[in-house]
Formats: sequence, structure tokens, C-alpha cells
Amino acid sequence: MYGNAYIDPNEKPLSILDGEDPIKLAEFEARIARGEKIEPKDWMPKEYRKQLIRMIEQHAHSEIIGALPEGTWITRAPGFKRKLALMAKVQDEVGHAQLLYSAAETLGKSREAMINDLITGKSKYSNVFNYPALTWADSCVIAWLIDAGAIINQVANAKGSYGPYGRALDRICTEESFHLKYGHHNVVTLATGTPFQRQMVQEALTRWWPPIMHFFGPSDKISNHTTILMKWKVKMATNDDMRQQFLNMYVPKIWDLGLVLPDANLKKNEETKLWEYTEPDWDEFKRVINGGGPCNAERLAVRRMAEEKGRWVRAALLNKSEKYVTPLA
Amino acid sequence: MINSLDPRIAREQINEDNTIAPLTEMDNWETYEVFHQKKRGEQHEHVGIVHAPNNEMALLFGKEQYGRRGISVNIWVVKTSNVFASDYDDADIFETVPNKQYREAGGYKVMEMINKYKKENKEK
Ligand SMILES: [Fe+2]
Ligand SMILES: [Fe+2]
Repeated sequence: MYGNAYIDPNEKPLSILDGEDPIKLAEFEARIARGEKIEPKDWMPKEYRKQLIRMIEQHAHSEIIGALPEGTWITRAPGFKRKLALMAKVQDEVGHAQLLYSAAETLGKSREAMINDLITGKSKYSNVFNYPALTWADSCVIAWLIDAGAIINQVANAKGSYGPYGRALDRICTEESFHLKYGHHNVVTLATGTPFQRQMVQEALTRWWPPIMHFFGPSDKISNHTTILMKWKVKMATNDDMRQQFLNMYVPKIWDLGLVLPDANLKKNEETKLWEYTEPDWDEFKRVINGGGPCNAERLAVRRMAEEKGRWVRAALLNKSEKYVTPLA
Repeated sequence: MINSLDPRIAREQINEDNTIAPLTEMDNWETYEVFHQKKRGEQHEHVGIVHAPNNEMALLFGKEQYGRRGISVNIWVVKTSNVFASDYDDADIFETVPNKQYREAGGYKVMEMINKYKKENKEK
């Protein structure tokens, strides 16, 4: 699960193509324009490598941190079947992190370096996971709607130019379809259940709507940078396009259940075919992504605890004569 | 102390500022390339990598990561460091020139000769 990579708006715009070999750059861009993929050992512009590492790494962190709010309810899932399903889903998400770390590694950043940047707070992950899953219904809303958002993002990115990322995403998307169905089934069960169940899912939806609207990130600034990333097929759709696609697919399904979304301005403009909504609170988004959310500290402390507790096992198994080699594909 | 909603985490009594020493190189071991066979009779196909400390663990992680949905009948793992690979920059080594038609099925056309022969023989 994931939103678009978060790029700090205060980061100084780089002179993106500085010092790049013009002939190699032209060949690289022609290859992408022909629809061919870029593979790990290919020549690539520094900025292409940097952005992909950031994007895939953030995506991997999001999968592994995303397992925490949902995992909260494993011990108290209502019924054995739902407990099994939730465990399977959480295991899938952790597996997605493994696949994505592997894809990022082919670009030259080691897995250990990525984990270090996660647990020290240097790297970001999807902001939605800094909020708590207060009730079982919250975990159902996450499984349905956050995974739905993730699928929109992942299906778009799977067509990107970097071979290993696309292959990892194809594999991930197959598993996500189970998550979406599982989440939808849970939400429908609650929404069509007792008055108490209905109230529970309504309250969860109301809580999660603002983070869901934040999920795809703020509107992209139309800059040279965005244009180049789109030309290089690193960024496959604008944040607003993906948000529109999400609203168009899921708001009707939510309204079908008689559930209410906490935005009186939310409606589809039949002339423009675009959804209108109250602009999300981007100051809140920035506050939370920079560490101020209700669960940021817990999420990272849990990851540090897990790394620390597993360390002696990993060390005991290590064959000291082996050397790390960057994976092939 | 973190008062988590998740009872498993609450039990651990974690401090928020539990800084740890950074992971060092090889903490996550070396990598293996994983190949799986979906069905008897098919080729093994490369599916990705796993990090593992030895062959047996690589096989275990490979099964867990790539065979979790019951779509494999067999799996191979090979240390990345043992794979000797060609370079994409040398892709021209695979290029075939048009005068190698003699080793393609399409390089052998006979209908024209047969039709010509038949036509000439009918005229006689
Ligand atoms: Fe996922
Ligand atoms: Fe998922």
C-alpha cells in the first residue's frame, strides 16, 4: 500500500541534467520513448537513479509500516476465518516490502542502508500509517480503501520504465486484488449488519476520510522536474489524476452502502466529469509526515525493536566469508 | 513507554527513544537469485531475489516469497555472486545479419519453383 513518493517541496530543485553525457542521455530517452525498459546495469541519468531509489524505497517502507496498523487487530479479529485472512494479508504486505527493497537494491542502495534510513526517520513512508486503527472497523476501511488507493498507484507505476520495479509491482498487484475484496467484504458486512456495526464502520470511515484524501499527495507543481520524471516514465500519473480515479471508482460504492462522507462539497461535476471536493488540509499532512502524527513515534520504535531483537539471530547465521553482491534483476 | 492499541506491542514495553546501533553491511546477508517452475514440463523462470545466509534458508525464503500462492512445483536458488552474466551494453553480440537467412526456416522458399514447374509441364 502506498501513495505517490513524497518529495519535500522545500528541496532545492537540482539542475537535473548537469554533467550528463548528451549521447548516452539521448539513447536512454529514445529507449524509453520506444517503450523499452531500463535494466539495472544500464547507463541512467543520476537523477533517474536517485528518484527511483527514493520512490521504491518509500514504497517498501510503506508496505512494512502499513502492516502495523492492520496487525493491531490480528489478536482480536472477529472470528477465525477473518483472523486467518488478516494474517495472510499482513504477511503479503511484508512480502511486498521484501520485493520492493530488492528492486531498489538493484539501483545500488543496500537493504541495510534503507532500513537505517527508515528507523532513524530519514526516509518517509506513506503518511496514512501514522494514524491509528482505533477499532476493528478501521482495519476494514484500511483494507478496502487504502488498498484501493494503493492499487491505483501500483497499476500506474507498473507501466513505468524501470524493469525491476515494474516486475515487482506486477507480482504485488496480483495479491492486492485479494486485499481489496477482503476489505470490501468486511466493510459490507458491517454496513449491512446491526445498528452498532453500522455506526462503527461509519465512524471509522469519517476518521479515515481526511488521510485518504491526503493519500495521493498534494497537487503536483507543474515544473521542469515533473515533466522530466514523466518523460522518463518514473512518474506515471499526476497526484490529482490518481485522486480523481480513486473518487470516481469508490465514492459511488461507499454511497451505495448509505454511508456518509464528511465532505459536504464532494460531488461529481457532470460537465467536467471531475470530482469536486473541499481542498484537503495540507498543513496537517505536512505536520504529520514530518513526525507530528499520532503514531509516528510508535511506528518507528516498533521497527527499531524488531530490528534489534532479530539481530543476534541474523548474526548467528551469517557466514563471515561471504560478500554482498548487488542482485542482478 | 508506548501505550499501543496492539496488545502484542504493548506487552513489549517499548520506549519511544529506543535508539539502536545502525545495521552494518551483510546484516541482511547476501542475495540469491530465485527461479521457479510453475508446472511440470515448463522451464524454470527467474522470479526475483531473496537475502539468505545459506542455500537451505534461501530455498525456504524463496518458497515463502515466490511460491506463496501455490503456483510452483519446483524452485531453484543460485547465489547472485555465482551468476556470470552478459552486459546489456554488449547486446549487439546477439544481432543477426540478413545473410544468415540460410539458418532460418524462412530462408527456404519453394512454392515459386513448384508453381513454375507445374505451369511449364501443363503447357507441354
Ligand atoms: Fe501491499
Ligand atoms: Fe495490500
